[in-house]
Amino acid sequence: MSAIATSATASAKAGDDRSRGGSLSWMALPALALFAGFGVIPLAGVLVLSFTSWDGLGAISFAGFDSWRAVLSDPGLPHALWITFLVIVASWAVQTPASILLGVFLAGQQRYRAVLSVLYFIPLLLSSAAIAITFKALLDPNFGLGAGLRLPLLTQDWLGEPWLAFGVVIFVVSWQFIPFHSLIYQGGVRQIPRTMYEAAELDGAGRVRMFFSITLPQLKYTVITSSTLMVVGSLTFFDLIWVLTAGGPGDATRVLALDMYKRGFQANLMGPASVIAVILVLVGLALALFLRRLGGRDNAHSQLEGM
Amino acid sequence: MATTILSNGPQSTAPAPSGRHRNRRQGRARPNWLAGLISWIWLAIVIVPIYWIVITSFKSQSNYYLENPLVPPAEPTLTNYQMVIEADFPLYFVNSLIVTLGAVIPAVLVSFMASYAIVRGGSGRFLRWTSSLFLMGLAIPLQATIIPIYLIIIRLGMYDTLLGMILPSIAFSIPLSVLVLSNFLRDVPKELFDSMRIDGATETRMLWRLAFPLTRPAVVTVTIYNALQIWNGFLLPLVLTQSPDRRTLPLALAEFQGEYSINVPAVLASVLLSTLPILVLYVVGRRQLLSGLTAGFGK
Repeated sequence: MSAIATSATASAKAGDDRSRGGSLSWMALPALALFAGFGVIPLAGVLVLSFTSWDGLGAISFAGFDSWRAVLSDPGLPHALWITFLVIVASWAVQTPASILLGVFLAGQQRYRAVLSVLYFIPLLLSSAAIAITFKALLDPNFGLGAGLRLPLLTQDWLGEPWLAFGVVIFVVSWQFIPFHSLIYQGGVRQIPRTMYEAAELDGAGRVRMFFSITLPQLKYTVITSSTLMVVGSLTFFDLIWVLTAGGPGDATRVLALDMYKRGFQANLMGPASVIAVILVLVGLALALFLRRLGGRDNAHSQLEGM
Repeated sequence: MATTILSNGPQSTAPAPSGRHRNRRQGRARPNWLAGLISWIWLAIVIVPIYWIVITSFKSQSNYYLENPLVPPAEPTLTNYQMVIEADFPLYFVNSLIVTLGAVIPAVLVSFMASYAIVRGGSGRFLRWTSSLFLMGLAIPLQATIIPIYLIIIRLGMYDTLLGMILPSIAFSIPLSVLVLSNFLRDVPKELFDSMRIDGATETRMLWRLAFPLTRPAVVTVTIYNALQIWNGFLLPLVLTQSPDRRTLPLALAEFQGEYSINVPAVLASVLLSTLPILVLYVVGRRQLLSGLTAGFGK
C-alpha cells in the first residue's frame, strides 16, 4: 500500500524508453482482463447491487436506499461490527507477541531450530475447513480430548458458551496463522545489522535490554507489515468460523463476513448482503490506510534519523 | 497477503545481509531460556492436534471412545480410509486437482507476463496504471466481491462447473503473484537484456530464455503459495457449486463432517487424506517456499 508510491517510482526508474512500453503492453492484457472481470467489475458490482433487490435467482430490480436503510437500522450490524472488531483486536494481541518471540527464536542458527521450524509450519498447510473440523472434534465435550483424558478443565462446552466459543475462535485463528507471521518476523530479524548487537554488547547491555532497545525498534516496519496482513486478513475469516461455529452460539461469533454470507446465500437477501460487503471493503481500506499512515510517518522519521 | 512490500523501511534499502551476518547469534553462548521455553510450548500446541489426527485416523470407531485419545491405537485399522475412499473421496480429490492446476498454471503464466511488461516497459502510462490497479487489489478483501462474482458466473452459464471456480481463483491470485514476481524481475541486470537484444532476440524470447530461468525461485514460490490457497479454498466452491459431484475437498470435508460427525476417526482420515498432496508439495518445496516468502517480505 505504501508500496503503491514506492513501486511507481521504482518502475519509473527501471523503466526504459516510452516506445517499448507500447510493444510490451499486450503481455499485461491477459492478467488485466482476468483481474478486471473477476476483481474490478465485481467490486463495482457490489456497490451497484447494494441499491437493488435480488433473491439470488430471479430478476434484479432497483430498490434505491431500501437495503441500506434496512441494514443500518438492524441491530445485527453494530453487533457484527463489534464482534469483527473484537476478533481483529484479540487475534492481533495474541498473535503479534507470540510471532515476534518465535520469529526471533527461529532467526537463530542452531540446527534444531531448523527442525522445529519445519514442524511449526504444518498448520499453514491445512485448509481452514480441516483445522475447524479437527478442533471441533478435539473440543467436543462428550467425545473430545477432555472427556477422553478425563480432565474436567478441558471438558467444557467450548463451542456452546458465547465467550468460550469466541476464545476458541481466537485460539484456532492463532494456531493457524502464527506460523506465517513468525516467518515474516524471522525474515525481519535476520536483516538487523549484527554490528548493532556487537556495539550494545560492548556497552554491557543484556539480552532483555537488547531485545527492547534494538530488536523491537528495528522490527517496526515488519510489525506494520505483519499487522496489516493480520488486520485485513481478520476481516475475511469466513471458512474457519463458518465450519467451527457457524457464527454461534446464537450470534456470538457472527463476524461481518459471516453476516454477509448468511444474509445473501441463506436468507436470499442479496441487496442487504451487498451493503455488508461494501461496509467490509470500506473497513478494510480504512484499516489499511490507517496502518499505512502509521508506517509512512515512521518511515520518513527514521530515514531522517539515519542521516 | 495484502502488503508484502509494506516493509520498505530501512531493511529494504540496506544491502542484503551476507551469509556471514546471519550467523550473528552463533557466537553467543548464553541460551535464551524464555524464547526456548516458548518455542517448546508452541511446538506442543502445534504437534498435539496433528499427532492426534494421525493416530485417531487409524482407530476403529468403537475403540475411539474407549482408548486414551493420546495413545496410539492398540489395533490400527485402515477401515476409516477405506470408508472415506468409498465415499466419493477420489472424485473430490480429482475436482480439487483440476481446479488447482487449472487455476495455478494460467495464473502464474499471465502474472509472469504482466510482471515482465510492468518491469521492462513500466514507464508507459498504461502499464503504470495496470501496476497500480494490481497493487490496489492487494488492499481489498476480495471475498467481499463474492455476490457479484456469483451473479457473473450465473450469467456466463458457468454456475456449478469447475471452470466457474477456476476463473475467479485466477483473478484472486494475480495481485500478489505480480507483486512478488516483479520484485524479483527488477533484480535481473538490465545489461543481460541489452546484450540479448543486440543479438536480435525478441521480447517474447527474452521473457522465456532469460527472465523466466533467472526468476525460477520466485516462480516456484508463487506457484506453491497459490496452489496452497486454491487447494484449501472454501468460499468459492461453497457459493459457486451446488451438485455434490462438483465439490472440492474442503467443501466435501465440511459436508462429510456434518454427515458423519459421530464417526470421528473417519472424519479425521478424510482430513489427513485431503492434506496429503499439500504435504508432499511442502516436503519437496519447503526450502523454496519458506525462503521465497521470507525474501518476498524483505523486499
